[in-house]
Amino acid sequence: MGNLTEIRWHGRGGQGAKTAALLLADVAFSVGKYVQGFPEYGPERMGAPITAYDRISDSPIRVHSNIYEPDFVVVVDETLLHSVDVTKGLKEEGAILINTSRTAEEMLPLLNGYKGRVYTLDARKVSMETLGKYFPNMPLLAGIVKVSGVMEPEVFVKEMEGSLRHKFAKKPEVFDGNMKAIRLALQEVR
Amino acid sequence: MGYKERMSGNEAVAFAMKQINPDVMPAFPITPSTELPQFVSTYIANGQMDTEFIPVESEHSSMSAAIGAEAAGARTMTATSSCGLAFMWEVLYVAASNRLPIAMAVVNRALSGPININAEHSDSMGARDSGWLQIYAETNQEAYDNFVQAYRIAEHPDVMLPIMICQDGFITSHAVENIELMEDEKVKSFVGEYTPEHYLLNPKESMSVGPYANSPYCMEAKRAQAQAMMNAKQVILDVAKEFEEISGRSYGLFEEYQLEDADIAIVAIGSACGTIKDSVDELRKKGVRAGLLKVRVFRPFPGEEMAEALRGCKAVAIMDRCESYSSQGGPLGAELMAAMYRAGVTAPAINMIYGLSGRDVTTDMIDGVYERLARIAEEGAKPEDHYTYLGLRE
Repeated sequence: MGNLTEIRWHGRGGQGAKTAALLLADVAFSVGKYVQGFPEYGPERMGAPITAYDRISDSPIRVHSNIYEPDFVVVVDETLLHSVDVTKGLKEEGAILINTSRTAEEMLPLLNGYKGRVYTLDARKVSMETLGKYFPNMPLLAGIVKVSGVMEPEVFVKEMEGSLRHKFAKKPEVFDGNMKAIRLALQEVR
Repeated sequence: MGYKERMSGNEAVAFAMKQINPDVMPAFPITPSTELPQFVSTYIANGQMDTEFIPVESEHSSMSAAIGAEAAGARTMTATSSCGLAFMWEVLYVAASNRLPIAMAVVNRALSGPININAEHSDSMGARDSGWLQIYAETNQEAYDNFVQAYRIAEHPDVMLPIMICQDGFITSHAVENIELMEDEKVKSFVGEYTPEHYLLNPKESMSVGPYANSPYCMEAKRAQAQAMMNAKQVILDVAKEFEEISGRSYGLFEEYQLEDADIAIVAIGSACGTIKDSVDELRKKGVRAGLLKVRVFRPFPGEEMAEALRGCKAVAIMDRCESYSSQGGPLGAELMAAMYRAGVTAPAINMIYGLSGRDVTTDMIDGVYERLARIAEEGAKPEDHYTYLGLRE
């Protein structure tokens, strides 16, 4: 499989990790990739740890299993770091993106000795500043696009503009807020 | 030819339902097929379909209403999973024996218990003797394509049987993947209008549906029903051929993947076949002659043809995503081994139970199956090989 990128999302039920994974598959599809975006269903309820996955490739994807050795991991809720082994199987040449107001150095002790790159994004801050509410998935989607390099950030912004304009045709303020969230997140991820 | 999209398996089947726009859909929601009546209801509310949607109070009622509608002469569909399908049991047989070509989307899920919402074939496999046609899918694409072909098979005058179009719960039903859709007009003209020969609401011909039959008649009716199932094999192939002309995608009773010269082969149904294909490709690079036989049609059971396709193999693993509690394996294992015996195909065949209740299946696990087959091809099968579980925690 040429250029296969595998991404694992860790979130809590109700935070939109599944939606973010499906949005990433969506936008990768729109730039001509083969994609798989899928959640792992357990006995979900609000707040319980959940996992979602993306496979993005230049050639057709046939495998239908969960992802055990991801290239990238996104942590939607940093409180999960105490209960879930989020770096399990994560490739060292890959990276982890964590939604936190703290720095990557502060995160390191919680990552079970992970030696790859560690990125952080304060998705709460971005979301509150641009949307006025806490929706971490749009900023994190932008963040993982930048960190993973699955597509150029400018191409991503343009694609999101097209799809969100269509999706929120009747709610221009939601469109504006989301686009601001995406642009700000691309700057804020570090 | 067609256009590219990305959709989950449920979205894809709902899209086919919209394009076909049958007359009636009675349905009761159950995970993971709930989205199907949900999407259809949305299409109807948006004026994109004019199917009569009947919300009912249970699956027994949805199948009963489907039987009533189909007997009246309306093209009818429904959808269900797991316990929902089990709750239809009694009336599944009524639909089949009254020769009512209802199409039902089955999103495969484990039967209880323990209660579990994930993929397993125990629901539709449990209904394997109910007289319904059954076609399974590896991908969202196949689920869509199979549903587009469903009515052409079921409503064929030589068949006239209800049909289940099955896909794996969550694994394909809820995963967004690439797909190629066909234009509405193309689907509509392929499926065509339903003009039943006999139907209840025909004022020129009075008839009764579902009457009592004494023993001088009952056995003949059942034999005629069995004949319809036998006839379906050729009809499925003919419809697939026509479908290929408009879609470019070819289908048979089963798919042979690197099977022609294979020494060791796996036989399986559904989404795990994609994972198995990846394993086969890696093994082939190492010079191992591994192959896959993917079962598409389970009813009618293409036993003779599958046995023939396996004739050259030195060891075969038949994989069941379903336990039948017979104490010797699952339904695919039992039926295929009987067919191999009848055809004189003597390769050692083992039966493995895998993926129950959504237990994940990885290429590593599949590699392990091929390793075991390589050993069996050399040394023969030991008694403890015959009926085992894949990926069971110790």
